[in-house]
Amino acid sequence: MRLTGAQALIKSLEMEHVEVIFGLPGGAILPVYDPILDSSIRHVLVRHEQGAGHMAEGYAHVTGRPGVAMVTSGPGATNIVTPLADAMMDSIPIVVITGQVATTAIGTDAFQECPITGVTMDITKHNWLVTDAQDLPRVVAEAFHVATTGRPGPVLVDVPKDVSNAMMDWYWPSSIDALDLPGYKPVTEGDPVAIRSAAELILAAERPVIYAGGGILKARAAEALRELAERTGIPVVTTLMARGAFPDRHPLCLGMPGMHGNYTAVTAMQRADLLIALGSRFDDRVTGKISAFAPDAKVIHVDIDAAELGKVRRPDVAVAGDCRSVIEELIGALESLGLGPVDGTSVSGGPVGGGGVSAGSLAASRPDLGPWLGQVRGWQKDFPLAYDQEEGGALKPQFVVETLRDATPDDTIVVAGVGQHQMWASQYWKFDNPYTWVNSGGAGTMGFAVPAAVGAKVGRPDKMVWAIDGDGCFQMTAQELVTASAERIPIKVAILNNAYLGMVRQWQELFYEERYSEVYLSPDLPDYVKWAEAMGCVGFKVESAEEVAPAIEKANGIDDRPVVIDFRTDAFEKVYPMVPAGASNDDIIVGPAAGEGGR
Amino acid sequence: MTPPSPPPAPPPAGGHIPGSQMAGLGAPRHHIVTAMVENKAGVLARVASLFSRRGFNIFSLAVAPTDDDRFSRITIVVDVESAPLEQIMKQLDKLINVVSITELAPHEAVEREMLLVTVSGGRAPLADLVDSFDAAIVDEGPDGVTVMLAGTPGRIDEFEELVRPFGITELQRTGLVALPKLSPVPAPT
Repeated sequence: MRLTGAQALIKSLEMEHVEVIFGLPGGAILPVYDPILDSSIRHVLVRHEQGAGHMAEGYAHVTGRPGVAMVTSGPGATNIVTPLADAMMDSIPIVVITGQVATTAIGTDAFQECPITGVTMDITKHNWLVTDAQDLPRVVAEAFHVATTGRPGPVLVDVPKDVSNAMMDWYWPSSIDALDLPGYKPVTEGDPVAIRSAAELILAAERPVIYAGGGILKARAAEALRELAERTGIPVVTTLMARGAFPDRHPLCLGMPGMHGNYTAVTAMQRADLLIALGSRFDDRVTGKISAFAPDAKVIHVDIDAAELGKVRRPDVAVAGDCRSVIEELIGALESLGLGPVDGTSVSGGPVGGGGVSAGSLAASRPDLGPWLGQVRGWQKDFPLAYDQEEGGALKPQFVVETLRDATPDDTIVVAGVGQHQMWASQYWKFDNPYTWVNSGGAGTMGFAVPAAVGAKVGRPDKMVWAIDGDGCFQMTAQELVTASAERIPIKVAILNNAYLGMVRQWQELFYEERYSEVYLSPDLPDYVKWAEAMGCVGFKVESAEEVAPAIEKANGIDDRPVVIDFRTDAFEKVYPMVPAGASNDDIIVGPAAGEGGR
Repeated sequence: MTPPSPPPAPPPAGGHIPGSQMAGLGAPRHHIVTAMVENKAGVLARVASLFSRRGFNIFSLAVAPTDDDRFSRITIVVDVESAPLEQIMKQLDKLINVVSITELAPHEAVEREMLLVTVSGGRAPLADLVDSFDAAIVDEGPDGVTVMLAGTPGRIDEFEELVRPFGITELQRTGLVALPKLSPVPAPT
């Protein structure tokens, strides 16, 4: 069958079971947009290419399938650089197709020419410049394979216009052996000897903590993690990228660690004698000052990316492998050392469970975790997250998050931008289901929420999708609400509008002697309600605590268009706890100093 | 007319590549990494970009096709004080176009480098030095001669020092290439 390169490209996407492309056409990608008219694949026309990239990410976050974005050459391609960098940091599988000027024009500074494979070399897992139409099906198959296997990540395929127009003989690679990837061999199975050593360390630990990261979600390992935690009775912290990987309402869940983590999660890691790092990467926002991080802890580090093992913290036991398979093997190793399943009759760890133990085994001589769990419970009781919503007082952002949480289904997908609102959302939501939290972790990309929420809703139209956004973030990508209205993608957006670039303001207040430099945005310029309405959404404004629940109820009842609620929140509220940048996690600040924050 | 300025002296420590056989330094600061890479457009850029992005220092780099034209071999001498060698190897290994990667400790490697040096004056004063190093005069002009020498980096360092008094007008070294030793010797203690 003779096809044009463009037809072969779209057909290849169909072969990869792509159901939606987020994109925006332009000169160099024009040939590829023609066969879209005849394809079963849905195309969502964005208003800015950055939106297409974040939508693809949001889609990938909630479905586990790669998100696909398509844009033109030059500025179209550079506009999607931020989402690529974002997806690289958070290991999100997206496939970006860019148009390119004709091969004959490459290198001549042609109109809308940009060497996008060079630009994105360091912020993609891999990229390809296709110079022969005959290669297109193979390259597309390679791109999807690389994006979704091993440590997932973004890939980019750059397609010159003459390649799209050229004729080729259609084929489809029959298997991964037909791909030309001689240097790509992702590991999945962990080393059994190392796994056995890990199991022995676990059974010897007195103060263990499971440090669960985003790799749990990528590996679809939430159930395996729960089994491991319940059998061993070991408490679990879930990083910003792992919220929902272990249920927040589970008695062993300690919540989020790190710079704005809760006191118990942070302190349990600091005091631990064993950290079981599963798909986490010792990010500086988790560890604080690395030399002072968890000083007494041995470390078991499981990651599918061998380069993460020892990159930041030298592990005592390192296992390169897929989190689900390694955790399952680890449970098997624990069982062979005498730690059986939780059977309800031999519960050893009180209300938190714990597996049955064979007499005479290594598990039988395991230290009692009771004192440790008691200490942890004490911290939870003494240092809960706290804020004060005074009656008639300024509306607290945390109150909005809690009210929203309680007024929406448990499996609601929450999407955040970056800043204070993101931290409050992560802290105060109860994530009991995996794949219900979508945010920009490593890159910290402001403006992520609205387009990512659109992508998430496209991926999971059956679920309620709420973006919790800041006013600064919202202004960066709000135009994608036009996309959402036009495409009937009914997301809901809660703007925690404190009229500031709040997190920067917080740092200026705490660390720059309240010298506020370029952080004020105004609460009503723009007028968010009118702006929402102009974009085809329903808009509300909420100024007091009493109005919060009714407004949310109204928003939840609207399913034919997007809704935006402008919550006017207290500009002086700060995110606590906080570990100042570069400080040890021991120096966690639990709440405002006396006399602070009352303005 | 001023003569072209000589290139900057390459090795920082004592004029030797530490870690080479003749450098005689203790713990080697430099290591040889050889990577078999796909012979595709942009692969060298990916390797170079990785070093730059991760803050690893490249001491020297040589790249050329192997006997199988699908692959090239890149020989990189790295400054292992700039980052743990293990991290460099693991990050390189993640590049999709890198097929395999080997670290060669100096005692496990056969290392060679080539030097071309143009020296002012005639061939006569150089004859003894050229002979004693098994070097060769490969070009000759009215104002100078160009000498070629292949050998271990330490030997090339030594030659460079000895030829310097004759007046170097241009100098080019290829950077190290290396293959594993067929009969490895025990690691130095």
